[in-house]
Amino acid sequence: MSAILVYVETKDDQPKKASLEALGAASRLGGDVVALLYGRHARAAAAKLTGSGAAKALAVEDAQRTHFSPEAVVAALAAAAATLAPRAIFFAATSQGRDLAPRLAEKLGCAQASDCTELRSSGDGKVEARRPVLAGKAYTWIRAKNSTLVATLRPNVFAEAKSGGAPAVESMPAPAADLKSIVKEIVASASGKLDVSEAPVVVSGGRGLKEASNWKVLEDLAAAFGGRAALGASRAVVDAGWRPHAEQVGQTGKTVAPQLYFAVGISGAIQHLAGMRTAKTIVAINKDPEAPIFKVADYGIVGDALEVVPALTAAIKKAIG
Amino acid sequence: MKIAVCMKRVPATDTKVKPGAGRPWIDSTGVEYVLNPYDEFAIEEALRLKEARGGAGEVVVVCVGSADAQKELRTALAMGADRAILLEDAQAELRDAQEIAGALAAAVQELGSELVLLGKTGVDRDQSQTGQRVATRLGWGCAIECAKIAIDGSAIRAEREIEGGREVLELSLPAVLSCEKGLNEPRYAGLKGIMAAKKKPLETKAPQYAAAQVEVLSFEMPPERSGGRIVGSGVDAVAELVRLLQQEAKVL
Ligand SMILES: Cc1cc2nc3c(=O)[nH]c(=O)nc-3n(C[C@H](O)[C@H](O)[C@H](O)COP(=O)(O)OP(=O)(O)OC[C@H]3O[C@@H](n4cnc5c(N)ncnc54)[C@H](O)[C@@H]3O)c2cc1C
Repeated sequence: MSAILVYVETKDDQPKKASLEALGAASRLGGDVVALLYGRHARAAAAKLTGSGAAKALAVEDAQRTHFSPEAVVAALAAAAATLAPRAIFFAATSQGRDLAPRLAEKLGCAQASDCTELRSSGDGKVEARRPVLAGKAYTWIRAKNSTLVATLRPNVFAEAKSGGAPAVESMPAPAADLKSIVKEIVASASGKLDVSEAPVVVSGGRGLKEASNWKVLEDLAAAFGGRAALGASRAVVDAGWRPHAEQVGQTGKTVAPQLYFAVGISGAIQHLAGMRTAKTIVAINKDPEAPIFKVADYGIVGDALEVVPALTAAIKKAIG
Repeated sequence: MKIAVCMKRVPATDTKVKPGAGRPWIDSTGVEYVLNPYDEFAIEEALRLKEARGGAGEVVVVCVGSADAQKELRTALAMGADRAILLEDAQAELRDAQEIAGALAAAVQELGSELVLLGKTGVDRDQSQTGQRVATRLGWGCAIECAKIAIDGSAIRAEREIEGGREVLELSLPAVLSCEKGLNEPRYAGLKGIMAAKKKPLETKAPQYAAAQVEVLSFEMPPERSGGRIVGSGVDAVAELVRLLQQEAKVL
């Protein structure tokens, strides 16, 4: 069985969690897993892949290029794919993965499955992927006819491997590439907090919170999780200017799949569900017992958010504190 | 500047869907179709770019779709696009991004435009691939999910939201830019626009698809979430909720 190549994103010298999940998913499918890391800290980050499921790590340390360029990474991945002839190439479905994967798929003439939520290996060793379509209203299973399958994997859905040894780290020269797009700068958001698409716990609020200043109660609930929670929002409150668009969850916002999702004062419109229905556990707090959100929630409390949430925050602090 | 805007006809996001008979996609009977919402941002941006250049150049909308997609193309013309090209295929709904990108890239080349705008994703297959594939096929630069676009001569500066921040990308023409919500506020087509659209040229051609590697194995509806358990009412239910989160869901 041929290998699975996984592009591992790094932040400074740390491999990103969503990429570790992709390595975990690849290792469970069987066969060799080869990680490719790109950038100034590629080797240092590769040294942190012990127990990630990767048997080998290709570190492309590119000292000349100070700015990130998608074409450069795609060229390196294409070169690695040419020698490995992998059965699949995985990316995390992050802003980087969403950009790189289709470029590579097109360059290699491959099929791509985007934002996959389940994977399996067929009898003949082909990787098959299940992915949502129509904003999660339906799913398809797809695979490639003859080519490698390129796939992006939804963050927080797949478990990390967390076992096994250290990969053999090899340096790989950066292949020549026609760089057309250069990332000039990355402006970190003022908060510097965990992004809603990456957080294991998401506390989302909607119009039921009544006004922007009431977000204090949601901030307190998020804080009870000690840095593991991020704030989310419905489109109604983003449109009202209460919250920034970066926090919007749903079809025209971000897709999240946290371990725990709180929907507070959110009715549960189909477009909102599109962004959060694959969360592992959903808690809804809404004063209307008929609100559609209760149909997808695992647990619901009917009540006024401004009364229930502070009590919940106190109880959670006590439980995990 | 000749700007090509790629657009798609998609099921409206709030329509109910059910599997079609004998095909791995929805049953389209009774389904309301609309212009893909993200493509509206692309059309609006193209119109603004043209307006900012004193109306010089041309905005051409290109769509791989069935004959019914003329309706969505007319919507784009009513917004202000100059002409439309329908790459007609009765089976367009079943085509993969790889095939569509091939057809669009060929059409763009034939048009001789040097800027392609399109939505960041189609809200039908949710693949987010077409722009990147078209750019790769053409050997052009590409910026996706643009929340801000500035073009000065042939230099492009595009901004997008990424996890925990904003990324600024520089590239130059020719280029493909995919558009995100927030880029602009798409205009409504007024009566005058709708009347004018009727007289604008809409050309129909056969799509020159690239070969598809994808094999669709199944199309299925997700199992209903078993949820719906109301733990209780008001503050009194909090203790039980926390117990369930801890002991049953094991997420605390
Ligand atoms: C093309 C398109 C794309 C869209 N994309 C998105 C998207 O990405 N994300 C998104 O969220 N929406 C999206 N929407 C909008 C969506 O349809 C809904 O309008 C929106 O999600 C509603 O937000 P809400 O739940 O906050 O508000 P509402 O629907 O007004 O719901 C408020 C809820 O709060 C409850 N409530 C009121 N007072 C209290 C209280 N004191 N305590 C507790 N509960 C209370 C009410 O019972 C109600 O259920 C989109 C719509 C379209 C057409």
